[in-house]
Amino acid sequence: MRLIDARHIDFGHGGQRVLQNVSMSLDEGEIVTIVGPNGSGKSTLLRLLIGALKPQKGSVTRASGLRIGYVPQKLHIDPTLPITVARFLNLPKPVPAKAATEALRTAGVAGLDRQQMSQLSGGQFQRVLLARAILANPHVLMLDEATQGLDQPGSAAFYRQIAAVRQDLGCAVLMVSHELHVVMSASDRVICLNGHICCEGTPEVVTAAPAYRELFGTGTGGALALYRHDHDHDHSHHHHEAAE
Amino acid sequence: MLDDFLLRAALAAVGTAVAAGLLGCFVVWRRMAYFGDATAHAAVLGVALALLFGTSITLGVGIVALCMAVLIHSLSGQGVAVDTILGVLAHGALALGLVAVTLVPGQRIDLDAYLFGDVLSVTRADLAVIWGGGVLLVGVLWWHWSAMLTATLNPDLAHAAGINPRRQQLILTVLVAAVVAVAIKVVGALLITALLIIPAASARSFASTPERMAFFAMAIGALSALGGLRLAVHFDTQVGPSIICVAVLIFAVSRVGKYLPRLPV
Repeated sequence: MRLIDARHIDFGHGGQRVLQNVSMSLDEGEIVTIVGPNGSGKSTLLRLLIGALKPQKGSVTRASGLRIGYVPQKLHIDPTLPITVARFLNLPKPVPAKAATEALRTAGVAGLDRQQMSQLSGGQFQRVLLARAILANPHVLMLDEATQGLDQPGSAAFYRQIAAVRQDLGCAVLMVSHELHVVMSASDRVICLNGHICCEGTPEVVTAAPAYRELFGTGTGGALALYRHDHDHDHSHHHHEAAE
Repeated sequence: MLDDFLLRAALAAVGTAVAAGLLGCFVVWRRMAYFGDATAHAAVLGVALALLFGTSITLGVGIVALCMAVLIHSLSGQGVAVDTILGVLAHGALALGLVAVTLVPGQRIDLDAYLFGDVLSVTRADLAVIWGGGVLLVGVLWWHWSAMLTATLNPDLAHAAGINPRRQQLILTVLVAAVVAVAIKVVGALLITALLIIPAASARSFASTPERMAFFAMAIGALSALGGLRLAVHFDTQVGPSIICVAVLIFAVSRVGKYLPRLPV
């Protein structure tokens, strides 16, 4: 079953084109990773898919009654707003206490219920966000650079957690990342984005694609390649942090 | 019943302060203090227009505050920096209101009542408006509580859950306008924002969840209202500013209290 279908979407703000003629879809149970350099429109695409933004051209269709478990890139909670982990998990819909406890365990942060959100470490915070996303019993889990601010072992552990969660729930997963070496191998499909879709397919196909090699270089597959890309690659028209 | 003007004043002040305390939590969480100020300043223009057209003050203030609130709301959606525009609109409306009031034909109007409140002169009809409006406000916030809280935490999180954060913001905007219309009688246009944010800010020190903070804010609002009225009667001072003075005192105590051993709440 098709969960989300985006066709020929264009999006820009302030006269800057962020996305151009992007078409993609997500099917039930699929793991899709969107990779691309900073400012390539990854977060914008995700926000278009959840409906937080409206495309200027093209269309986004979501299956009716689609439940999305969304894990944002970062979540700033105003210090004037006191909120415990348990309360946070009950937003927007109340969940049984047992389910909340279970979700925290699944996300790898059992027993944090009574902590204030503001007192959590970066890794704990992302996992609590994941627990909240799980509680929606989602058809699709959407993660926007969910491991930002985590160190390498931390983010590797986080992605292992995602894989485990997906096994449990059988939901589709749509991830945005620039840590390709960590996420690619687990993906069914990889979409390489840089304002437009450069290439897509299985991890093997994408890794071999010239457009991908041009973007990320070969061999290094890490932050180094990304940086080099930012300065010498020129088929992008916008290197600003448009919507990250 | 309710013949005693002090009793009426107390009921009016408590009703307003409780409603403002609850709504004030969202004003604090969403950093809308300046927005509240702009809406409140526009209220003076509402007073002038109401006097010119001979309608009720509450209605005039309500309409102008609502227009101002919706205007700011739509501007804030355009991605422009609203800070400066807010300043222009707020003080523009205030100045225009002050000028317009002096142009109203007939006897000279005592502006103090609208700038600093005149709770000792509330009528039973005022009380009905205050408590009716207060109950409505609590009802609306109760109904939208979870959605509004989610939208306050993060708009994208709300979108993903099928909640429209802009709609939640519009509801809050309208509620702020309503509180302004009601509170102008109690604390006056200049101090309405204080009634919104100070009880909520004080409640922050004691609360571990949003609901507790809202509850404490309402309680602190009521306490400030009663304490302020008592002080005003005792020292023969203006009621509105006295209420805010008590609220500030409670705020100061709450900040000091933060450094004492925490209560298990």
